[in-house]
Amino acid sequence: MKTKAFRLFITLLVFQTFLFAQSAGMVFIKGSRYIPLYGRDSTVVEVKDFEIDIYPITNAEYENFVKKHPKWQKSKVIKLFADTSYLSNWKNDLELKASEKPNSPVTYISWFAAKDYCECQGKRLPTVDEWEYVAMADETTKDARKKSSYNKQILAWYEAPRSNENTIGEHPKNAWGVHDLHGLVWEWTLDFNSVLITGESRKDVDKDSNLFCGSAAVNATDLMNYAAFMRYAIRGSLKAKYSMKNLGFRCAKDINLK
Amino acid sequence: MKHSHLLFVFSIASMLFLTSCFDNKETVYDNAADIPVNREMIAELTSPPHVPTPVGKRKAKKLIVKMEILEKEGEMTDGVKYVYWTFGGTVPGSFIRTRVGDEVEFHLQNHPNNKLPHNIDLHAVTGPGGGAESSFVAPGHEKTFSFKTLNPGLYVYHCATAPVGMHIANGMYGLILVEPEGGLPIVDKEYYIMQGDFYTKGANGERGLQPFDMQKAVDEKADYVVFNGKVGSLTGDNAITAKVGETVRLFVGNGGPGLVSSFHVIGEIFDKVHIEGGDLINKNVQTTLIPAGGAAMIEFKVDVPGTFILVDHSIFRAFNKGALGMLKVEGQKDKKIYSGELRDDIYLPEGPGIQSMPTTGEIVASEVPAKSFEEQIEFGKQAYMQTCFACHQAEGQGVPNAFPPLAKSDYLNADVDRAIGVVLHGLTGEITVNGQKYNSVMTRQMLSPDEIANVLTYVYNSWGNSKKVVTKAMVEKVKNRK
Repeated sequence: MKTKAFRLFITLLVFQTFLFAQSAGMVFIKGSRYIPLYGRDSTVVEVKDFEIDIYPITNAEYENFVKKHPKWQKSKVIKLFADTSYLSNWKNDLELKASEKPNSPVTYISWFAAKDYCECQGKRLPTVDEWEYVAMADETTKDARKKSSYNKQILAWYEAPRSNENTIGEHPKNAWGVHDLHGLVWEWTLDFNSVLITGESRKDVDKDSNLFCGSAAVNATDLMNYAAFMRYAIRGSLKAKYSMKNLGFRCAKDINLK
Repeated sequence: MKHSHLLFVFSIASMLFLTSCFDNKETVYDNAADIPVNREMIAELTSPPHVPTPVGKRKAKKLIVKMEILEKEGEMTDGVKYVYWTFGGTVPGSFIRTRVGDEVEFHLQNHPNNKLPHNIDLHAVTGPGGGAESSFVAPGHEKTFSFKTLNPGLYVYHCATAPVGMHIANGMYGLILVEPEGGLPIVDKEYYIMQGDFYTKGANGERGLQPFDMQKAVDEKADYVVFNGKVGSLTGDNAITAKVGETVRLFVGNGGPGLVSSFHVIGEIFDKVHIEGGDLINKNVQTTLIPAGGAAMIEFKVDVPGTFILVDHSIFRAFNKGALGMLKVEGQKDKKIYSGELRDDIYLPEGPGIQSMPTTGEIVASEVPAKSFEEQIEFGKQAYMQTCFACHQAEGQGVPNAFPPLAKSDYLNADVDRAIGVVLHGLTGEITVNGQKYNSVMTRQMLSPDEIANVLTYVYNSWGNSKKVVTKAMVEKVKNRK
């Protein structure tokens, strides 16, 4: 009797993994509702189940990508989609400079390039809400935002210079099993500029939604989450064709129930 | 008769004055916005404590300011590193000097190696955010905006990107001066000083790279309160200077983010203070209050030579947190104004007690004990510069009649346990050092046994002393002796 139940349990377990068919290099994120620092309405947002890359995209992975997709090579890229610093740590169209490491996160990447990379893998960029949802975990807790150690650690990472030269996976994975959301590079999100532009003209008129001076504090839900302030500020300063030394990306994917 | 003669002269003079006005076609503008500009000029920017050349009589111009933002590691005090965020590579940022009516074309450049977006809010700007909303710039980019200087005065500028407090706490502030038509009166020396408070993870003096501590900043419990971004930026060889008889103008700002400054120069009275950097002039001021995000222009003539100490007169900030600078004045003494010491008499009231610093508990042992003799010397020197230097001086020479020398000191070299005891417990009353009598008070020092061992080893191995090595065990032994 006991063994029967056990067998059933095992079968269920095996079946479950088939049910979600987790993709290689990604982890499954169980969706939920949470309150982000900033949102379109500064209230609860809902995140559906999705998958996200365990690591940011590396230089080596991007090298493979540009080999297959010459339109994203440094000299061939359309200027509308990437500014002049695009891949400026590369020696030529196909190779990194000797000083760069293949397993460092790829940076000097525009939003257009990051988006296309993910789409070519059958994936997409994560949304701000998804990214922040996964990033509020520390090593043990899925929502560690109230722990002072969580905030302090991230702030110290943000202040450390030249972290983009480090390699992926040096920081421990968080409770979801995702590495390097903090402490390595900033990451592109699908709707990175949506906090500043609410998209609704009446709101834009009467609400000062800029991320500086007093208004930064007026619309925030947690005044002590300095690390999140910094992330929203960097997102707000970007345009889709910008590429920067400290800005990389990773991909996400919707769940297809089979 | 005499009266009419005077009147005649006066009218001639006034006619001359009037015609000369007409000759130059000078127009006085009621509204600064109407002042026309001609020609372009690249603004001279200077690092503290220096200021650019005065505007003098120049006309209003289109002034091009190029300001580069750099996030870089610097030294807060000996052995303590901090990642500063700076305008122009220094804390405070480069000094900008303009005149009323200038059209400033401001280029804000965010270095590609920086991690964060920044912007600038200049209090001299009339417009939303003081320029902040037009200058929000990502790393590797440059934003340009322009503004007209409408109000003369001394203004603070700072970064206003979220989290604003953190950007200011990391050093992102500076001063912009708007001189009135014709310029400020010419003086002999001008200097740029700005106070700021810093919040570090470790306590004051804790070695290593110290990250910003958000909770301390929110609580306004500063570990460092300093002039020009670091401890000692205006002391020793970095002191500002003047000669007897010169008039000195200090442009003093306070970046905050948290604390208000009670700015005072020990041994000087400010002849003139432009209160809060504006038009109102107060005369004969001892201490002037400089709000966080505010400034003052201070003028005084130096009459006698000597070292004048600049402090925030919230005095523990000066002596324990770093808000201390020096103005060194050279020249002839004037005994009429200041005699110097005339006599030294003993005065002992009943029951003189040894002073001791209030303690909040046992002194915690240093977290990083010295591993070698070289490290002992290195750490000991740091402790000496923080604790002993003020009285015993840089070369251990002491101060005649006040503080005994440590260099080639017979008293020191005679008895090592006695020396340890003095550092541990303090010393008061008459002693004889190298044949000279001293009668002073040394308080007990707030140093851990490790630190005492290091500092004494440093002292014994410097300035011709007996090269003894003091260990922690020796200190513990003296400490536990009753």
